[in-house]
Amino acid sequence: MSETIMQVQDLKVYFDVLPQGAMPWTKPRRLRAVDGVTFDLKAGETLGIVGESGCGKSTLARAVIRMIPAEAGSVLWLGQELLKFDKKQLRNQRKQVQMIFQDPLASLNPRMNIGEIIAEPLKTHYPETPKAEIKQRVREVMEKVGLLPNLVNRYPHEFSGGQCQRIGIARALIMKPKLIICDEPVSALDVSIQAQVVNLLKELQDEMGLSLIFIAHDLSIVKHISTRIMVLYLGNMVELSDSADLYAHPRHPYTQALISAVPIPDPEIERNKEVILIEGDLPSPINPPSGCVFRTRCPRAADLCAQQKPEWRDAGDGHMVACHFHD
Amino acid sequence: MSLLEVRDLNVKFNTPDGEVHAVKNMNFSMEEGETLAIVGESGSGKSQAVFAMIGLLARNGYASGSVMFEGTEILNLHGPALNKIRAAKISMIFQDPMTSLNPYMRVSDQMAEVLVHHKGMSKSAAIAESVKMLDAVKIPEAKSRITMYPHEFSGGMRQRVMIAMSLLCQPKLLIADEPTTALDVTVQAQIMQLLDDIQKDFGTAIILITHDLGVVAGSTHDTLVMYGGQVMEDAPTDELFAHPTHPYTRGLLSAVPRLDQDNETLNTIPGSPPNMMNMPKGCPFYGRCEYRLDVCVDTLPPLTEIPGHAGHFRACNVPVEDIK
Repeated sequence: MSETIMQVQDLKVYFDVLPQGAMPWTKPRRLRAVDGVTFDLKAGETLGIVGESGCGKSTLARAVIRMIPAEAGSVLWLGQELLKFDKKQLRNQRKQVQMIFQDPLASLNPRMNIGEIIAEPLKTHYPETPKAEIKQRVREVMEKVGLLPNLVNRYPHEFSGGQCQRIGIARALIMKPKLIICDEPVSALDVSIQAQVVNLLKELQDEMGLSLIFIAHDLSIVKHISTRIMVLYLGNMVELSDSADLYAHPRHPYTQALISAVPIPDPEIERNKEVILIEGDLPSPINPPSGCVFRTRCPRAADLCAQQKPEWRDAGDGHMVACHFHD
Repeated sequence: MSLLEVRDLNVKFNTPDGEVHAVKNMNFSMEEGETLAIVGESGSGKSQAVFAMIGLLARNGYASGSVMFEGTEILNLHGPALNKIRAAKISMIFQDPMTSLNPYMRVSDQMAEVLVHHKGMSKSAAIAESVKMLDAVKIPEAKSRITMYPHEFSGGMRQRVMIAMSLLCQPKLLIADEPTTALDVTVQAQIMQLLDDIQKDFGTAIILITHDLGVVAGSTHDTLVMYGGQVMEDAPTDELFAHPTHPYTRGLLSAVPRLDQDNETLNTIPGSPPNMMNMPKGCPFYGRCEYRLDVCVDTLPPLTEIPGHAGHFRACNVPVEDIK
């Protein structure tokens, strides 16, 4: 059994927002972006987080590394309470966690050449590193992600989207992190380039024993890369299970609808399959429904769902689900 | 007579760095009530091709060739002649419904404007008609919601408003440019279902521009695959997915991660798409193709029908038998 690097307990992230047209004395309202999320992450595994836009997946990923302050809950990083770290401890911890973003070009400083971009985390965290060593490490990591080291003096605009994403990955890898948080890393890329980047991430993970938190709205990509997958809805955990099991036997009606909505590139399957359409829109996280947050759009909703929040329970073999009437 | 017949469509742009040939010798035709998918990666020219058809090219772009709509030439029309075609005959919806709606105008005013302008209706009649259309695209409480502003709608609802607006004049052809790319999968499924229903109810022909092969598989009759500004393969959708004959189509199909299959590593197409400023002389896919021949450097054969497969066209030097 590999070691657990991160344990998240009942994490809550709330934002105070002012309603439109608010006066200075108006009381701000609570937006529950993440409302009680619990999971753990083992070394070398990939946890996929899926959900519709606005479900809190990016907020969650940022909160577990304290880029956004959490309201309540606990995050244990290698057994220590991350939410209580002081500045120095936090800076130390940040050496072990890196992040890759959605828009590859926007996440690179246009006025730095890619050598400087890739070396920046190293220079920030280990300012005493000799120049020759930095140069050497940059070369190594560029080769690792499939960039020719002679491109080191070029600027981001000279690269295509796929290559920019490789630069972003190189910048994350140079710190030899334990965990990389990938926030929709391939959503902005073309299909043929997407596959290259996903394969690269998988290879690097096997080689370096990285853990990944992989956020995406594309369920097929997530299925492909993840060991386990968490489904979020309106800041709440809906289902969490082993990736193969989640797709083969989704237990929660929301997960079932989500999976059925993914189009499959095969006309025969696509014409005969039944899509579970969920009606209506996502409710507002400022004023979430009582009880189960999904009940307003759920085909199985009953009186119980409005009264009581379903507990997080094991539906067998560690397949966790939050529903009163799960399969 | 076909509804739309495109012959030798070329689109070029003058840029400070030289001429960009965005669409090269495009040919296709479509019938009434049909759905045609144009698939391609970014920069493949799929959007520019249809922009050229309805006069939406940027100032520095110009188009040549012929686009016949119901037997009349519509390419490079100007002014009133173009306006007659737009909206009344052909309408378009775009990827981002927020940026294609006017944020300062109520939905009712934006929708009524279309009918007042194109059909000369009175404003009250136009609004009544618009409410009916919002009902048709399944917006709940259309009557009260029509007075709202675009930002008061969710992304999926905004796209419904766009679709309703584009259908107001009951066009023969609806062009949808990546209509679901900005939406979540659950909403995407709703919108695709809606487009299907509309086609059945109104008999509208649809050109669906997308990069998502899954969306194509579910809802189209014919598919055009574009790469580097050229049509690589054109076939009935079922045929294309069952027997893709162009190396690019095959690569694209195998690179898509699928929910219904478990494969350890994804197949990839090595390399990246060609730079439009500096296109290779022959086949644009040459640099990335695993079947490439020496002739491919200089020549790309025209789109030709595969013997024995009616309606299945491909542009490739490699014989069909050799592609496995």
